[in-house]
Amino acid sequence: MDTTLSTDDLKFQDEVRTFFAKAAPEKARQLISHPETYKQGIVQWQKQLYDQGWVAPFWPKEHGGAGWNVTQSYIYECERVQANAPDVVPFGLKMVGPVIYTYGNDEQKRHFLPGILSGDDWWCQGYSEPGAGSDLASLKTRADRDGDDYIVNGSKIWTTYAQYADWIFCLVRTEQSTKPQNGISFLLIDMQTPGITVSPIPSINGVYSLNEVHFDNVRVPQANRIGEEGQGWTYAKSLLAHERTAIARVADSKSRLETLRQWAARERQGGRTMISDPMFQARFTEIEAELMALEYTELRVLAAMANNQSPGAESSLMKIKGTEIQQAIHELGMELAGVYGGIVADEEATVTDIGHDFGDQARKDFMYGRAATIYGGSNEIQKNIIAKRVLGL
Amino acid sequence: MNFSLTEEQQMLQDSASRFVGQDYSFERRQKDVNLSQGFDPGLWRQMADLGWLAVPFSEANGGFGGDATDLMVLMEQFGKGLVASPYLPTILLFGRTLDLGASGALCQDLVPRLIDGQLQGSLAFMERQARYQLSDARTSAVREGEYFLINGEKTLVLNGSAADKLIVSTRTSGNQLDENGISLFLVDADAPGVSRTDYRLMDGQRAANLHLRQVRVKADQLIGGEDKGLALLQQVIDQATSGICAEALGLMSQLTNTTIEYSKARKQFGVAIGSFQVLQHRMVDMFTACEQTRSLLYRATCSADKPDSPEHRKNLHALKMLTGRKGKAVGNEAIQLHGGMGITDELDVGHYVKRLMVLNSLFGDADYHQQHLAALSLAA
Repeated sequence: MDTTLSTDDLKFQDEVRTFFAKAAPEKARQLISHPETYKQGIVQWQKQLYDQGWVAPFWPKEHGGAGWNVTQSYIYECERVQANAPDVVPFGLKMVGPVIYTYGNDEQKRHFLPGILSGDDWWCQGYSEPGAGSDLASLKTRADRDGDDYIVNGSKIWTTYAQYADWIFCLVRTEQSTKPQNGISFLLIDMQTPGITVSPIPSINGVYSLNEVHFDNVRVPQANRIGEEGQGWTYAKSLLAHERTAIARVADSKSRLETLRQWAARERQGGRTMISDPMFQARFTEIEAELMALEYTELRVLAAMANNQSPGAESSLMKIKGTEIQQAIHELGMELAGVYGGIVADEEATVTDIGHDFGDQARKDFMYGRAATIYGGSNEIQKNIIAKRVLGL
Repeated sequence: MNFSLTEEQQMLQDSASRFVGQDYSFERRQKDVNLSQGFDPGLWRQMADLGWLAVPFSEANGGFGGDATDLMVLMEQFGKGLVASPYLPTILLFGRTLDLGASGALCQDLVPRLIDGQLQGSLAFMERQARYQLSDARTSAVREGEYFLINGEKTLVLNGSAADKLIVSTRTSGNQLDENGISLFLVDADAPGVSRTDYRLMDGQRAANLHLRQVRVKADQLIGGEDKGLALLQQVIDQATSGICAEALGLMSQLTNTTIEYSKARKQFGVAIGSFQVLQHRMVDMFTACEQTRSLLYRATCSADKPDSPEHRKNLHALKMLTGRKGKAVGNEAIQLHGGMGITDELDVGHYVKRLMVLNSLFGDADYHQQHLAALSLAA
């Protein structure tokens, strides 16, 4: 048991710090904060990381990863948050990328991995369906063989940023079988293929990120199938574990908690700041202690991963606690904003006109943040997984 | 012990419940809040015709003379139907301040117009630095002969831009946080020096920041006595607090019912998700939250005839605290149990939750009222 940083670690920390100081992430962040320039900002930032060789810390070196150990990854995340630098979009780098380099063939690796790393290809995830949410295995989108191709028909829902995507990775049914998990295949589909339509789903925070994606006789080469036909569920499961670990967003929560502290130092009531309000202090430190614990839970999971393979049921715990903490931070932010958390700023009444600089942001975070305990497999499903696989119930 | 409604109250409940069930719909509501003033003037006329605008006003001023129970009955139905109207700002805040504190002449001029639905009003009582503290007022009113000169800015004035007249809390003496020295003035919305920054709230309704620059108001527009406005303001806000808690209860019970119905219809793993015990227990918690809130609402309503008693003050603080906490819990669970659908703009669930969020922070959130409850319960 020792978490002191070695001389090499400290040198690495210095290197990361210098990089962020030079990279000036606030420019990308500025672009990302506006819907019209969101994609541009993300891609621009990802290319900066790519040029530095740091865009995929977790990938094996032979596929273009940074080859960092757990400590280095941890240092990197801490510094990233300290520098207020954006995170990468997970769909390519954290989700489909690992599936392709683990289960894909050489041609697929050669074809898809470079675009994921460079940020030239934007990916989205086609898992959930209108009738298949928590019960993902009941999905109905079907792919029927036709010569060297599949013909895909069906609908995927809650597809984040499908409007920007060049590619979608999909779970499709290639065979009707008695056990719903069997007969599912993992397909990579070019979003430009005729027969695909994307319809937006307006969400309760007023921001457009979610979509429904419809497939109407969409022709997909069988060469775009990952691994064996009918084995998609196995590949998807390993991906889900990665997704859940990523959803925990520990570093991001640390930065948000710090922002909350700064807001509380300015917000006043009864002639004093909220940071000295005992109720606020109690709520803040309750979250802080949970987050301090989760930070080490994450390190324990990562250390275990470094020793053997992919994260297992522990990733469910990370997802539950991580999203609960995110929502607790959102709620406290919203309450700190008080009545001003209810205001919707627009072109006619900007944040400056209203005279409150974080209420609008707090509201958006709070409303969309409700989704965190739903997506990536709802927290109820995660608890089922822990009960079954860890507790043996 | 009797928790049943009188015949008249039952009729009021029936008429409101019929309106919400038959004449009003979520689709109509979404259309209404997109109108420039945030509500439909036709709806307001309808409410006037139904007699609802008269409910809380004293009979002396031409009102129905309704008590806390009457108001509770009406507001709960508004919550159930997610009714978007200026009832809170125009009637409960602006109207009741006049009714309780203004001179006979002012009341005779204005209250009948309110009851007829001809006048829109607002109570401007919040300031940026004050958070929930009513006595924290920097906006100043300085006497100049027969006039007062008002300068300052009030924030989050509900219905602020549609209002024809506003009542503004100002400081006429003392320091920024003093309880003494608050005075309320009736101000015309189009008076020289008055300007407004209008915006939308997350529940779709409108509010504004009110800027007052050298606004001249005649001394006879003072309501509730010079320097003595805080007591009146507190009384009005206390009554309105009970009112919005009843509305919140309506929202909560509707969310609970919607969630139960959804859980019966939505199938996953081959069965209705409502058959899972873990979800059943969560819906039982939602139901319990509603019942506990209802009990405190009745408790505070029963003590409302002794508004200044420590008993009523405790009831009110406990009510707003619990409504805030339970409302948030019910709202969060309603979204969670609806899954992805819960965070869409299309479904009414998110909109009920947004209204709950606005009500939660209005007149002090759960933490604020918990601290006041502690001050009364644990005082040495």
